[in-house]
Amino acid sequence: MEKPRIAIKGGHIIDPANGVDRQDSLFVAEGKIVALGAPSDGFTADIEIEVPGQVVCPGFIDLSVRLREPGQEHKATIDSETVAAARAGITTLCSQPDTIPVVDEPAVVEMIKERTQLVGKARILPIGALTQGLSGERLSEMSALKNAGCVAVGNASQPIATTLVLRRALEYATTYGLLVVIRPEDFWLKDSGCVHEGAVGTRLGLPGIPESAEVVAVAQALALVEQVGARAHFAQLSCARSSVLISRAQYDGVRVSADVSAHQLHLTEENIDGFDPMYHVNPPLRTVEDREGLRQGVARNVIAAICSDHQPHEEEAKRNSFPATEIGMASLETLLPLTLQLVDEGVLTLTQAIERLTVGPAKVLGIDFGTLIPGSAADVCVFDPGATWHIGRDTWSSRGLNTPYWGSPMKGRVSHILFGGIPVFKADI
Amino acid sequence: MSAQISNLQLKSDGGLRHFLAIEGLNKSLLTEIMDAAESFATVTEQNVKKFPLLRGKTIVNLFFENSTRTRTTFELAAKRLSADLLNINIAVSATTKGESLLDTIRNLEAMHVDMFVVRHAESGAAYFIAKNVASHISVINAGDGRHEHPTQAMLDMFTIRRFKKDFSTLRVAIVGDILHSRVARSQIYALNILEAREVRLIAPKTLLPHKVESLGVSVFPDLDEGLEDVDVVIMLRLQKERMNGAFLPSEHEFSSCFGLTEKRLRVAKSDVIVMHPGPINRGVEIDSQVADGPRSVILKQVNYGLAVRMAIMSMAMQPQGG
Repeated sequence: MEKPRIAIKGGHIIDPANGVDRQDSLFVAEGKIVALGAPSDGFTADIEIEVPGQVVCPGFIDLSVRLREPGQEHKATIDSETVAAARAGITTLCSQPDTIPVVDEPAVVEMIKERTQLVGKARILPIGALTQGLSGERLSEMSALKNAGCVAVGNASQPIATTLVLRRALEYATTYGLLVVIRPEDFWLKDSGCVHEGAVGTRLGLPGIPESAEVVAVAQALALVEQVGARAHFAQLSCARSSVLISRAQYDGVRVSADVSAHQLHLTEENIDGFDPMYHVNPPLRTVEDREGLRQGVARNVIAAICSDHQPHEEEAKRNSFPATEIGMASLETLLPLTLQLVDEGVLTLTQAIERLTVGPAKVLGIDFGTLIPGSAADVCVFDPGATWHIGRDTWSSRGLNTPYWGSPMKGRVSHILFGGIPVFKADI
Repeated sequence: MSAQISNLQLKSDGGLRHFLAIEGLNKSLLTEIMDAAESFATVTEQNVKKFPLLRGKTIVNLFFENSTRTRTTFELAAKRLSADLLNINIAVSATTKGESLLDTIRNLEAMHVDMFVVRHAESGAAYFIAKNVASHISVINAGDGRHEHPTQAMLDMFTIRRFKKDFSTLRVAIVGDILHSRVARSQIYALNILEAREVRLIAPKTLLPHKVESLGVSVFPDLDEGLEDVDVVIMLRLQKERMNGAFLPSEHEFSSCFGLTEKRLRVAKSDVIVMHPGPINRGVEIDSQVADGPRSVILKQVNYGLAVRMAIMSMAMQPQGG
């Protein structure tokens, strides 16, 4: 396909990777950023986009999504969810390996890549399975997975059988320079828990997942990562103490990074009062103190990325008593508004907020996206930070409607998305 | 606290629409339930057994978890109120064939029933059903997971009131497996709403929920200390499977530390009453001497359970403003 030459004018360009934060124009040709400010001689735009008052920044990078394909197409598909991603300003997504079949062999990676290219709305960087079938027992063929295009390896939400297997997996991944993604959760301490073990869970009689289920797993993994010299990333933190432990390790020079889901920075255990299954997520919503600790971690860049932890479901999955419902919320399209809310609440500057959605996750993965420096891929997000919209059928693209924010007002709306220099979304205003 | 649940179970005039949880209810409503139960108990004692209050109404006992005892009292209460009754044991019925909870409810609804009495292994199940039923149907929670068992707590309060009159002077000790007990949660809420002087929990730390003090109780790890000067002792049933989950080392050790005996009861008030929601494990949480002794009101509880359930069922079926 011929890629258009595009000029985006009048916007406020924020590119944290290069310290750009000014009113200026951006020029795109042949799928790449060609210039900021003045175009090269002889540049004529096929498309001119005037965006006064709006922010122009790199397309977002989301470190954890479930696309449900292959295997659970009744929940969502690569098609439906990459369309939702484009609407959300996200141009690069890391898909979790817990599809059916599991992403533990190159053929599944190929299939996901092919399907994604066919739709052409976003880039999917699959996370490969750390163990075969995610069983936590036998190592996956990590070399083959890397060659097929996996950006990292991880075990999704599944436990690793023993600390010995985790140690070996870290060592083996390090052989191939692969990043290991760890969702820290001690299987035994989690037990049958479905909410945070705390005052609200006690009142409602819902089995709890103690803070220690996460903190013990972080501490254990940190010791192994340090010993092995691996490169590890802690995904979807929920406890303030996890952030503190990771901060100390980073200070000591251990090569670890972390992310948190946007909803975890806003919601707490109080939200489960009333048994609303839309709040049934894992890790569970924790205390106000945990939320504050995580916010501090994000502000201090201990937690370098904010992700959606998108988990779309069909309606039936959430129609049951709380513990019997499926876990997770559909959250691609609330990622930007919830992150911008942190700016309104004084937690982050606008530049920091964009950093956590762009170059922050890019550095975690060691990829070149997430910047507007000339020569890089033209993944560009234009959004109106002040525009308010309501979540509803006509403003929502994900197949999953399982969000507790359904019907709520959201501030911050994407107006244009370029993916590799091609316009893939434009808001109808 | 739990405003959503209490809003759902009350009509706009403050009367009962469902009975899902004690938490969030007020003292006057609990008193009203006990007063209504009092009149049912009195006339039943005069040998009037049947009332026409729910004639023409259909009540479904919807038990997703086996419980002969609770189901039987609800069944008897429904019959005494002249309602038609259907017993459905879902533990061996539709959901094992893959039918969803909601589909089961919809099917029964289509048969024009008026009330569901629900027992379910998961916390929040009765609330979920109440939220999804047609507007003319009442839901009574007969125990949901570890959440609440509000009718049991009401019959316990009724029993206490019959023996003790004034709650504000009472020290009540609840002993045993609090963590897994929906009965204990409902009792704690009820005792606090009725302004009992003190609610004590006596248990090893493994059988206490996290941050349990936030429920308005004081915790005693030692039975002898905890029983000192109490007016009421409520013993909870210890499930045998607690040994498997590493909650306890053995029945024997639990029994020697937390089992109620005549000797240990001596530190309590001289007119102490001993209660147990049943079924009891003799020799584990309670000695036979105590269970069958003069302080025990365990069989009275069973007896009052009927009047209390009749009261709650008839109140929940009253039309708005009626």
